[in-house]
Amino acid sequence: MSSAAPPANIADGPDTVLREEVRTAGMVWLRELIRFERTRARILSGLVQPVLFLVVLGYGMSGLVGTTAGFDFKKFMFPGIMAMSVVTTAIFSGMSIVWDREFGFLREMLVAPTSRASLALGKTAGGATVAAAQGTIMLILAPLIGVHLTALLVLEIIGLELLMAIALTAFGVFVATHIQKMEGFQVVMQLLLFPMIFLSGALFPLNGLPGWLGVLTHVNPLTYAVAPLRQVVFAAQDMPAAARQRFPASVELFGHTLSIGTEIAIVVVFAGIFIALAIRGFSRME
Amino acid sequence: MASTVSSDARVDVAASPPRPNVIEVRDLTRRFGEFTAVDGISFDVREGEVFAFLGPNGAGKSTTINMLCTLARPTSGHASVAGFDVAARPKAVRRHIGLVFQEPTLDDQLTAQENLRFHAVLYRIPSDEVNERVARVLDLVDLSDRRYDRVSEFSGGMARRLEIARALMHVPGVLFLDEPTIGLDPQTRALMWEDVLRLREEANVTVFLTTHYMDEAEYADRIAIIDHGAIVAIDTPQALKATIGADTVDLQTTDDVAAVAAARRNGYRVEAGADGVRVFVEHGETAVAPLIAAVGVPVLHVHVHQPTLDDVFLHYTGREIRESHAEAMSPRVRAFTRARRR
Repeated sequence: MSSAAPPANIADGPDTVLREEVRTAGMVWLRELIRFERTRARILSGLVQPVLFLVVLGYGMSGLVGTTAGFDFKKFMFPGIMAMSVVTTAIFSGMSIVWDREFGFLREMLVAPTSRASLALGKTAGGATVAAAQGTIMLILAPLIGVHLTALLVLEIIGLELLMAIALTAFGVFVATHIQKMEGFQVVMQLLLFPMIFLSGALFPLNGLPGWLGVLTHVNPLTYAVAPLRQVVFAAQDMPAAARQRFPASVELFGHTLSIGTEIAIVVVFAGIFIALAIRGFSRME
Repeated sequence: MASTVSSDARVDVAASPPRPNVIEVRDLTRRFGEFTAVDGISFDVREGEVFAFLGPNGAGKSTTINMLCTLARPTSGHASVAGFDVAARPKAVRRHIGLVFQEPTLDDQLTAQENLRFHAVLYRIPSDEVNERVARVLDLVDLSDRRYDRVSEFSGGMARRLEIARALMHVPGVLFLDEPTIGLDPQTRALMWEDVLRLREEANVTVFLTTHYMDEAEYADRIAIIDHGAIVAIDTPQALKATIGADTVDLQTTDDVAAVAAARRNGYRVEAGADGVRVFVEHGETAVAPLIAAVGVPVLHVHVHQPTLDDVFLHYTGREIRESHAEAMSPRVRAFTRARRR
């Protein structure tokens, strides 16, 4: 081994440094994909909960709400359920750092002579890819629900899922960097994840909520991520005006209906903030 | 068999030209509030040495290794590793050291090769060299046939060896092993030591390790005994054992008084104990036959005792470090050892 080349030169130029940091982030990203692919049970269990919601809640509520111009509640729920699947997987992936800590692998990453930002970004990208994949798998249920898919719609869905997943995985990473114990993970899932999903419009329309709950829905980043997903799905359906009236897809803010562009911009801003927080959290870990 | 390995592989420091220091430590101190974990220690480790930090749990071993690996900042004092100051150039230090922690740090969902490739990227090993190095380090720890197996299928000893292989991926100048054999069964521990000593030869790496197993410290070229954050002794295992004196032969005879008198007449250094005679000799095993002839009375029981690192530790700290698996030392020996210290 003495004959082998010495370790990489520490006086590398900025180009080399950048290339190496991208390579590091890429490796962390790849690890997330490998782990996702190897834990098929997790993929399956990740499907069970959304399907349960869709079937039980969807059919139950459809009976109650009824059909408006051939459009029922299951179709309204479908994009929300996809979002729920993405968000759950994203936060779970981001927070898998808690597992990495518990099983020691985090230490291998933290002691390496590499930038923490690359590790945080790689983890976020990996978790987001996995989460978007998990959400996209849900599309196999679309024919059952009667949701019509086009190639363009699928692309739009994947794009929006990725954006949502990036924001939420970064959020998960940020939270995980402040958690030392496994128990903390459960607490976060209960106290943050479920309220976020319920107050995002994923499962029911947000109009008609009492004022204080309305405020909560409007500070919830997820609200602005669910709405565009629903809008693109609705746009691809043959949907009468009455149904659009009954099942609104856009977010209302201060009496204005936000455009899909504004909603997406808001999610981008949230994503930026969460990524910054994730990098900061990762950099301060010991 | 274990001791054969160590003596064969041991570097003859006196015979070879002086080697440069790869670790230099001066007045290194680390305090946690009121508590001083490491108290002004100074020592050097030469290139190619296997250097052991020996001490009980809580003596400051891990704190020291953490400071040398730049995982903890010294409160005061200096340390340089592979030519870089640990406080000023932590990243440069980390690029030039290999680290194996007490707790496993592998991803057991990944294969051996995947764990190594991950490490290769973190340590910026050029892409075109990665494959070759993976093969090389797996060969060093004899895991080539498990290259594509997931770590979850590995035994504890195999996982530890893989960690050592991984630490060697980036060709470190110094390999730090924090309690490398903890949690391994005695057989696996012996095998791991063979690996470590072979690595020193084949990978030309300096090894700095901590242990609280006395029998393991014997494998090292030099040992620093650390207690309450301070180094109480530092030398080769042989020299350390020599400092506490000669071998002893304990005899029980039909007439201990006569035996003592006869042995003294024949020039032996003798102490009479409550239940026998203790004779101090140069080499215990060869001294037994002439000694039995010299005492002139029937001998009922003979026990030869050669100083161990346990005795050395006891000598310097007044306490025992031994683990339950080690053979128990009789209270009498302890009394003798204390008496000699005064």
